[in-house]
Amino acid sequence: MSDNLTISNLHATVDETEILKGLSLTVPKGEVHAIMGPNGSGKSTLAKVMAGHEDYEVTSGGITMDGAELLDMDIDERSREGFFLAFQYPLEIPGVSNANFLRAARQARLPKGEEIDAVAFYKEMYAKMDELGMDRKFTGRSVNEGFSGGEKKRNEVLQMMMLDPTYAVLDETDSGLDIDALKVVAQGVNAMRSPDRGFLVITHYQRLLDYIVPDVVHVLVDGRIVKTGDKDLALELEENGYDGIKEEILATA
Amino acid sequence: MSDSATLEAVSVDQDAGDFVYPEDYEHDAGYGLSEKTIDYISEVKGEADWIREFRKKALNTFEKKPNPTHWATKDLENIKFEDIRYYLSKGQRPTRTWDEVPDDVKETFERLGIPEKERKFLAGVEAQFDSEAAYSNIKEDLEKEGVIFVNSTEGLREHPELFKKWFGKVIPTGDNKYSALNSAVFSGGSFIYVPPGVKVAHPLQAYFRINAENFGQFERTLIIVDEGAEVTYMEGCTAPKFETATLHSAVVELVAMDNAKIQYITVQNWSNNVFNLVTKRGVAHENAEIRWIDCNIGSRLTMKYPGVIMKGRKARGEVVSIALANDGQHQDTGAKMIHAADETTSNVVSKSISVGEGRSTYRGLVHIPKHLKGCKNNTECDALLINSNSRTDTYPAISVRGNQHATQHEASVSQVSEEQIFYMQQRGLSEGEAMSLSVNGFVNDLVREFPMEYSVELKRLIDLEMEGSVG
Repeated sequence: MSDNLTISNLHATVDETEILKGLSLTVPKGEVHAIMGPNGSGKSTLAKVMAGHEDYEVTSGGITMDGAELLDMDIDERSREGFFLAFQYPLEIPGVSNANFLRAARQARLPKGEEIDAVAFYKEMYAKMDELGMDRKFTGRSVNEGFSGGEKKRNEVLQMMMLDPTYAVLDETDSGLDIDALKVVAQGVNAMRSPDRGFLVITHYQRLLDYIVPDVVHVLVDGRIVKTGDKDLALELEENGYDGIKEEILATA
Repeated sequence: MSDSATLEAVSVDQDAGDFVYPEDYEHDAGYGLSEKTIDYISEVKGEADWIREFRKKALNTFEKKPNPTHWATKDLENIKFEDIRYYLSKGQRPTRTWDEVPDDVKETFERLGIPEKERKFLAGVEAQFDSEAAYSNIKEDLEKEGVIFVNSTEGLREHPELFKKWFGKVIPTGDNKYSALNSAVFSGGSFIYVPPGVKVAHPLQAYFRINAENFGQFERTLIIVDEGAEVTYMEGCTAPKFETATLHSAVVELVAMDNAKIQYITVQNWSNNVFNLVTKRGVAHENAEIRWIDCNIGSRLTMKYPGVIMKGRKARGEVVSIALANDGQHQDTGAKMIHAADETTSNVVSKSISVGEGRSTYRGLVHIPKHLKGCKNNTECDALLINSNSRTDTYPAISVRGNQHATQHEASVSQVSEEQIFYMQQRGLSEGEAMSLSVNGFVNDLVREFPMEYSVELKRLIDLEMEGSVG
């Protein structure tokens, strides 16, 4: 049994256009990996494919989570088995309070017939909200409805904390965040770093990686990982831009 | 997702209603409808001559009136009046204790949780099994205060003067084909009188159960709340899932005298074979208030537009309704608000959910004539579609004359998007759980209007409907 999230030679299409063209990488437990790439390189597609979105078709390759075939599982099953995706654009669910939503998600993880301990649940949720500097009023508000961009992202991190995943993918969590919100979100993620958990942080900009310092950086261009390095690779990208990398690849090809 | 202890305490789910006991009736009017049917019913009930005449006139009206298929669904033509039994009962007098109720009937209501609810939070219960009430009881202290809560048969027998004064006045026999049908063959339903100034703190509840196949249930309810008095009445309904169509056609008349308040709550959960064609209307006198809180789940076709005639100055009318149409179901519901005095206020809030091939229709009528001043109406109707092949239609008719009134109308149609479901599933909810959470979210603000016990039940019914609606 391997203790990692492994993507092997993944090909995926949307509306018959191939977006992922043989993507491979491995995130061992305990590590934070970053994927950086220009617009249209397939970053968000990768996140959606991992979560099981129906619009994306995997044509070949596979993903395993601690040895289990992720692609064989339903969307909700992946979640209950420990896979979490923090959305780039979190959805609004009118009329469903944040607390009820989280509670339903936690309840879904219990064996049939077993009831969630409501008191302990609220205590835990309040503690985590405090950690993220979220006002208590957010428990009663409808999920993401009328939230600012920063509040939505903070809410994603709250959900992640409450669901305690084994592997978490953060899809452009930094987009739409001001620097203060970015720090809070990063703090939340850093607090969750543990030998028992792996992170894949998808981002366009290096800025987020100042606060969530990755162990490994992958560069995604045109549906493939074209370069892998340590955290300095992100700085290098910031300086030379994606064009620099592309030229470099062309030169070595 | 929910507090299961509370749920268990009050559960009436769809499948819990799907059971049937063998038929064993003392009185059976047979199939089909004629003057003979009416004579049979009148004789069994030992009715006064004026009632028999009233019935026969109504039969005549029923036969003359066409089905309203120029605006309503053609499905009405599928009701085979000759294949229906119009009266079935085991006896005339409801018992005052559950112990005296025949075993199979008692078991029916026990399975539906009625005696338990009565002990917990009700001031009185009437339980109707097919045509007649099997059980009827009201708390002693209310009886001492002069509150009357009996079935219509008993009301006619014991309180003819009071009954006759209001009977058929709010909803005339010829109002529509089905009010005429009810007027011809009515049996059961509640008769309630609350004397001046008496405020009944706990709800009175009636439960309507259809047990027999090819049967029509035609209860007749008349509620009179005298000056300054208040009452909340709740009705629940179920039937087993038969192969053939069953007809439920009730008439409910409410009278709220000056400063009185009536709240009428319905949670219907009919099986898919029931044609549910109900006429409900109330008259609100000066400064009186009538609220219809109406929840329609199940049935093959429901046509129901609760109405309030605001006859006295400052009278208020309200309809709050939730309808859920699943595959093979059509919920055609709405409200009628007739402003007939100055400074009257009406409010209509309707939410409908269409699932799969389900269809929901909202029909609203608001009438404010020219000679009045200071009337207000607010109408909101929101529809939620779960699948792309579900259907919803809105037909609001607001007629406001004169320029001293305020009306407001809002309508919206929304759809649970695949992205929302994907998001919720990514958090670990199954597709069914995700849908039922969205639907519950959609009706959440209205569900709060229901008494706690009913809102929990409602939520559970929605969960069950949504669970069944996905693969």
